[in-house]
Amino acid sequence: MRRLIAAASAAAIVALAGSSAGAADLKACWVYVGPHNDGGYSEGHDKGRQMVDAKLGDKVETSYVENVREGPDAERAIERLARSGCGIIFTTSFGFMDPTIKVAQKFPDVKFEHATGFKTAPNVTTYNARFYEGRYIIGQIAAKMSKTGVAGYIVSFPIPEVIMGINSFMLGAQSVNPDFKIKVVWVNSWFDPGKEGDAAKALFDQGADIIVQHTDSPAPLQIAESRGLHGFGQAHDMISFAPDAQYTAIVDNWGPYYVKRVQAVLDGTWNSQASWEGLKDGMLVMAPYTNLPDDVVAMAKDTQAKIESGELHPFKGPIYKQDGTEVIGEGEQLDDDTLLSMNWYVKGIDDQIPQ
Amino acid sequence: MEALEGPLLTIITASTPLLLAALGELVAERSGVLNLGIEGMMAVGAVCGFAAGYVTGEPIAGVLAAIAAGMAMAAIFAVVTLVFVANQVASGLALTLFGLGLSALIGDAFVGVPGLGVTNIHIPVLSDIPLVGPVIFGLDPLTYLAIALAIGVSWLLFRTRAGLTLRAVGDNHVSAHALGYGVVRVRFIAVLFGGACAGLAGGYLSLVYTPQWTPNMTAGRGWIALALVVFAAWLPARLVIGALLFGAVSYLALYLQGRGVGIASQFLSMLPYLTTIIVLVLISRNQTLLRVNTPACLGQPFVPDR
Amino acid sequence: MAVLSPVIAIALTVFTGFFIFLAVGVDPFEALYVYFVEPLTQWWTVQELLVKAVPIILIAIGLSLCYRSNTWNIGAEGQLVAGAIAGSVFPVLVPEWNGPLVLPVMLLMGIAGGMLYAAIPALLKTRFGTNEILTSLMLVYVAQLFVDWLARGPWRNPEGHNFPDSRPFDGWQVLPVIVGDDVRINAIFVLIAVVVAWFVLKRTLTGFQISVLGQAPRAAAFAGFSQKRMVLLTFLISGGLAGLAGICEVAGPIGMLRTTVSPGYGFTAIIVAFLGRLNPVGILFAGLLLALSYMGGEGVQIALNISDQITRVFQGLLLFFVLTCDTFIFYRLRFVPARSAPRAAGEVSHGSA
Repeated sequence: MRRLIAAASAAAIVALAGSSAGAADLKACWVYVGPHNDGGYSEGHDKGRQMVDAKLGDKVETSYVENVREGPDAERAIERLARSGCGIIFTTSFGFMDPTIKVAQKFPDVKFEHATGFKTAPNVTTYNARFYEGRYIIGQIAAKMSKTGVAGYIVSFPIPEVIMGINSFMLGAQSVNPDFKIKVVWVNSWFDPGKEGDAAKALFDQGADIIVQHTDSPAPLQIAESRGLHGFGQAHDMISFAPDAQYTAIVDNWGPYYVKRVQAVLDGTWNSQASWEGLKDGMLVMAPYTNLPDDVVAMAKDTQAKIESGELHPFKGPIYKQDGTEVIGEGEQLDDDTLLSMNWYVKGIDDQIPQ
Repeated sequence: MEALEGPLLTIITASTPLLLAALGELVAERSGVLNLGIEGMMAVGAVCGFAAGYVTGEPIAGVLAAIAAGMAMAAIFAVVTLVFVANQVASGLALTLFGLGLSALIGDAFVGVPGLGVTNIHIPVLSDIPLVGPVIFGLDPLTYLAIALAIGVSWLLFRTRAGLTLRAVGDNHVSAHALGYGVVRVRFIAVLFGGACAGLAGGYLSLVYTPQWTPNMTAGRGWIALALVVFAAWLPARLVIGALLFGAVSYLALYLQGRGVGIASQFLSMLPYLTTIIVLVLISRNQTLLRVNTPACLGQPFVPDR
Repeated sequence: MAVLSPVIAIALTVFTGFFIFLAVGVDPFEALYVYFVEPLTQWWTVQELLVKAVPIILIAIGLSLCYRSNTWNIGAEGQLVAGAIAGSVFPVLVPEWNGPLVLPVMLLMGIAGGMLYAAIPALLKTRFGTNEILTSLMLVYVAQLFVDWLARGPWRNPEGHNFPDSRPFDGWQVLPVIVGDDVRINAIFVLIAVVVAWFVLKRTLTGFQISVLGQAPRAAAFAGFSQKRMVLLTFLISGGLAGLAGICEVAGPIGMLRTTVSPGYGFTAIIVAFLGRLNPVGILFAGLLLALSYMGGEGVQIALNISDQITRVFQGLLLFFVLTCDTFIFYRLRFVPARSAPRAAGEVSHGSA
């Protein structure tokens, strides 16, 4: 019933908007790989879109397409948006990279922003957040709180972003407990609650007592909650799904970035760049620290402050690969390019990266 | 010994939705109807179960809603295939498609919302026995229902008149009709039962297994249930074993990854499907078992002669 | 009646759609327009429609041969993937080979890949009697997982910063465009397939065998038509066509071997085969109609904020209605007045259309 009312009013608004077309200076559009309310990654982007609505709603009209599959369907969806008058289009998944570039070539006056990719063009920007900074912090928390010294890490696909996250987590954990271990399970999907839940169970059964994930559903945390164990949320504060189990979550915070970029288009100052900001610029935030003792919370906040000020960098040397070879020495820091194409584990991780 | 408890519990709960859906399909197929729409019925059952549970705050409302939703979907299928005598394979596929789409439409309002969850049973002394306690006496109510259902279906099929009628209709609908049995009526009821079970299986997923709703959360389980029915040679007892086996192989794939076995995750994920194929082939070689148990009129449309 | 039935089914679907849109809370007239008519109004969307319809129709033609002979190939999606993998062997492993022969070789290998993959369930059925619905379906998952592994692992683009997906194809390795911006040469393959299939079914002995095996298996047995041979033949043909569709997708619109090669064309083709009533020309139109429904679904998503899942609802409904309307072709409805013996007031009896 509430759907009926909500949708009826939405229809009314659409009708009104249709009749007053042209009142907005700019149309900003988003392409999501999942549902706009998936409680995870895509919802994070949608919340960002809503912030643009809230802050710039008088000048900007926003719209989105959801559940867009990567591949030719994506190209069509992006082109459709371009043709329907969007001035700036945000494509929010890595798999939209080539479709974005292709459509951008056809529509040189439309601006495109592609999340988590690496191809830019005069009218295509890439943007990402330094999620690894958050991973370092939760790594420290995990090492402090785990009784067995083993964390279960549930991941989707072995892409550099994910590997970077695993390594950063490990380095954070090792800074507290040099013998900390992780067990990694690949579920081959960004969002599969059944499989993620099963993976969590399998990991708990093997001695892990903390769960970390780079997948989008709250299922692993729900399993942790049901077993009286703990874990970390991903992309979204998942405390409502696991009130006693979540320590914190790495929350995507795309809103301020979107407002900034849309404003740039309005001001005429938009240009193509490769943006990769972190905690300092608010691209990600840590969810409130819950179910933790005060000293651990203090440590986490302290680490966060140090990362924001630049005093601490998760990938500061010495860093060794799994086989022991030194990658960088004391005082050095891994550069962005190395991070963005990372395909090796740091020393201390026993698993092998699927090749 | 303690280390076995977790895996066993996981395997049992993983196999429950498969068992439920497959039991329903077994009854439908025994009456001669091949319903490929399990996936669709499960999806609608899952979303309706979740919605009812969420809105009322009572898990039991969710369970009942899931069953009702499954039956409603099955009714559509029954009308199309039994009254309009349409091709059962195509109708089943249409049901899957329709059900998946409808469930996503209904579920749109419920994505990203935490669900209720159903707590496990706890019997004071028995549940606390290490290993045996939680595994046998500490499961969730729906799993016990599934096991009871398996026993009940087995008894019904092989020890009652109604079951005999059902099997007769499935084996030779022409003769059954000549004898005066209401073929369409029996099949209709069997298909509705199949829908109720599939709906319940879906409700299990969204209420117990991962208490939330997401589109496509059935993840192909309906097709696995179909395979399990053949796998079990249409015998409920073997169905329980088959469901556990499939649950175990799926779990093993994830467990081995955690263990650090060097096989790529994609190949480990293939294990359940390859196992199903291999077992199906092995089953097919036992021609006697199949000949005795396969409903001879499975999938054939029934039209009474004048 | 044979032509009228699908038309009635479409009308019923549109009619039901009217009420569904009403229930969801949007203006049903506008929604129906955006859904069914708007995609036809722009050249760009018409092209996209054709691009989407082509692989589906290609696969559906092959499937129709299977289904006519009561062989249920549900694994076309897997055969598509197998064809895509087989056809990509050269561009991925030997990218320097870029001459006019590359593409024909790729296409042939794609067909071969699909055929080999389809042979598995076919042989399991003929040698062991294993249910082909289930084996072909299980193999779909296997194929999808395999291509995922390939595209992320050994076949990944060496210049791709360790991201998945293969090196992009270029030059002669890409399927050429023949109409507008997007319609490629596989559209011609489809037209050829339709004509050949029609010819085979209507004029050759094989086509006759297929039809008889499906409609009257016992008569076929008496006539000496081999069920086993037909299972193998129809699976190989449908597998080959699915494989062709797969490599055309990869070498055409996608342009590389990705972790997912198809958004479910193999399954949509099953629906199209039935919607087209297993007739090549019917399949051509059914494929176009279904592609239209995909376009429409995307359109209403953007224009009216309706979930694109409505497309699946429509497709399911359409199939239900087509199947139901078919009853009136295959059977003749007769109303029998109630007599002393308990009998239904309406009874369906055998008839011929």
